[in-house]
Amino acid sequence: MPRMAIYMSISQSGLATGEAPQNGGGTLLSLKGITKTFGPVRALTNVDLDVPPGKVTALVGDNGAGKSSLIKTVSGLWPPDGGQILWEGREVHLHGPRDAEALGITTIYQDLALCDNLDIVQNMFLGHEPLQHRLLDEASMEIKARDTLKELNVTTVRSIRQPVASLSGGQRQSVAVAKAVMSEAQLVIMDEPTAALGVAQTSMVLNLIKTLSSRGVAVLVISHNLVDVFEVADRIAVLYLGQLVTSAPASEFDRQSVVEYMTSGTAGRQAGNGAPQSAA
Amino acid sequence: MNDSPDTTGAETPTPAGTATTPPPAGPNGSGLDEAALAAVAPEVLAGSLTEYFQAWGRRIRNGESGALPVLVGLVVIVIFFQVEQSQFLSTGNLVNLFVQAAAFILFGAAEVWVLILSEIDLSVGYVAAVGAFVIAELIAAPVNFPWWLGIIGGLVVCAAIGLLQGSLITRLGLPSFIVTLGGLLGFEGVMLELANIDKTAVGGVMSLSFSSPVYNLVNANMSVALSWIALVVALAIFAAVTITSATRRRRHGLSAPPISISILTIAVTAIAGVVLVLICTLNRGNLTPLRGVPWVIPIVLIIILIYSFFLGRFRTGRYVYAIGANPEAARRAGINVARIRTFGFIMAAVTAGLAGLVYMSRQGSISTDIDGGNLVLFGVAAAVIGGTSLFGGKGKMLHALLGGFVIAAVFNGLALMGISAAGQDIATAIVLIAAVTLDSLVRRRATAR
Repeated sequence: MPRMAIYMSISQSGLATGEAPQNGGGTLLSLKGITKTFGPVRALTNVDLDVPPGKVTALVGDNGAGKSSLIKTVSGLWPPDGGQILWEGREVHLHGPRDAEALGITTIYQDLALCDNLDIVQNMFLGHEPLQHRLLDEASMEIKARDTLKELNVTTVRSIRQPVASLSGGQRQSVAVAKAVMSEAQLVIMDEPTAALGVAQTSMVLNLIKTLSSRGVAVLVISHNLVDVFEVADRIAVLYLGQLVTSAPASEFDRQSVVEYMTSGTAGRQAGNGAPQSAA
Repeated sequence: MNDSPDTTGAETPTPAGTATTPPPAGPNGSGLDEAALAAVAPEVLAGSLTEYFQAWGRRIRNGESGALPVLVGLVVIVIFFQVEQSQFLSTGNLVNLFVQAAAFILFGAAEVWVLILSEIDLSVGYVAAVGAFVIAELIAAPVNFPWWLGIIGGLVVCAAIGLLQGSLITRLGLPSFIVTLGGLLGFEGVMLELANIDKTAVGGVMSLSFSSPVYNLVNANMSVALSWIALVVALAIFAAVTITSATRRRRHGLSAPPISISILTIAVTAIAGVVLVLICTLNRGNLTPLRGVPWVIPIVLIIILIYSFFLGRFRTGRYVYAIGANPEAARRAGINVARIRTFGFIMAAVTAGLAGLVYMSRQGSISTDIDGGNLVLFGVAAAVIGGTSLFGGKGKMLHALLGGFVIAAVFNGLALMGISAAGQDIATAIVLIAAVTLDSLVRRRATAR
């Protein structure tokens, strides 16, 4: 029930504001000065990032820029060494994935964490199966899974009782997303969701991301693929060597400027909003 | 962007919204295609028997051969032995075969518990021996426990062994192969010590009293009337459950097998049951009449049924499968992986205790000569011949039942033909390798397509 309360208040605040203001009022997740070190290596340095509700935020950066470190921090796997994590404006401390999950943060890793031998319904409810007379309540699971997939416009699976092993990459991604939606996640973090997917499947996953954000869920997508990023992202944040060099609405970027930010940390010909935040 | 080499490439979906209607399928008749989803009320797809068998054939071609290879193998073995030795299918020998299979089935079931978890338990042979000795000593003088308390005592000891080994494996992260290899050696020693300290175990042998229910488990029969009544009751319950669950699912608009399939399943089960009881209730005595179903047969069937029900309908059972396929996914789903794994080892050890009980009952005694090393290998062989994967996540209790039958049939048939123990071992090895080869060929063909 407490999660439900969070859900209600977020959807109200989310409706009130369009753009993410600096004070965090319309921001679902706000990172302030996040720092993470591994011995002498600084994985993240003073990262400030706002994730507004109902929007798709793309986190891009070259290999080793700190994308994975950042999402592991937000998902509770690696507590930060410094800085604050604000959830709806209140400071939270995430000591494990369960803490993040309790807030409504779901992370979909590249491996998707699905069990190949279980079917779609069984995977969607894994760990949260409803019971009836102490037995698995297959009927209610199947109904809820079917409805969730339908809401997400996932219509290409032949049977929701087929094992996940028999699904295509895009369909597997859909199952992982549906699982997140069913857990009433407010923020879904997706790590390279379109990596290793074909053209048709990529477009299916991108549609899924759009559907998700139109339902009021905040999506933080990590991606290498700028075509995909520009297709779905409302906002783009660029990491360069552990620092967040820019974060602005996607309309203020073009591919060239994002590539420049990713490779050099600055954009020579870009005169947009990214400049004030960029690290020298 | 590369197209990933995925096995369902031929059915790569078009973007959502413009999806073409996929071909109907689903062995459970549950193909929820786009039209069905859009119309909210999905129709049962394999509406007829023909479609069901088509889907079944497709499933086999896709490498999901299930229990089919072992069934075919069993038929081949039975025909071979019947041609060689006409008494093979005599009622007396068939009942003997069923009883022989009981211990193999239970050892196989013990291994299925851990194989699904992607683990192995090499100790079940001697754990069974320890359990049997504990039972025998508890019901004999000077303890003189009633038979049921003795059995409970033996099984509790086995559960404790499973808890110990499971905890070492899950809490300390030791490989199950090594821990249970230690168990294989260590519990033989424990068994010898148990025989040593009990003065009634002359020469390391504990004999059962002929009046003891533990002895009668295998050596006494249900009366003919009781045999038939039990069959009718069991079939009635099975039919009722099958029909009502399918009807309930259909009422909720969920995928359910077509009614003809439910009826076919019930009919096949009924025929198998009638044949079984008929064989057992025909007179098989040479001098005095001997008829009725040995108690061990329904008991083993009930154990397999309870295990299957548990694995299929309880959360813990579901988690056993999840952990076997992807422990990391299970962990992220909030499942207590260590606890479920330990539970698997406890169930393996308890099932081993039951196998030891059946083994002892059949021999009429338990002796330190028991070859626990061999028994565990037959257990693994039964599970694998039946179709359980050594790589985890895939396996059913039914596999142990079928695999146990195959092993018992090979032993029984070769013994009838007068072939030595050496020949029996070699033949069992060939059957094991053939079963695994067939399974892997079917699978390879599926992935090659």
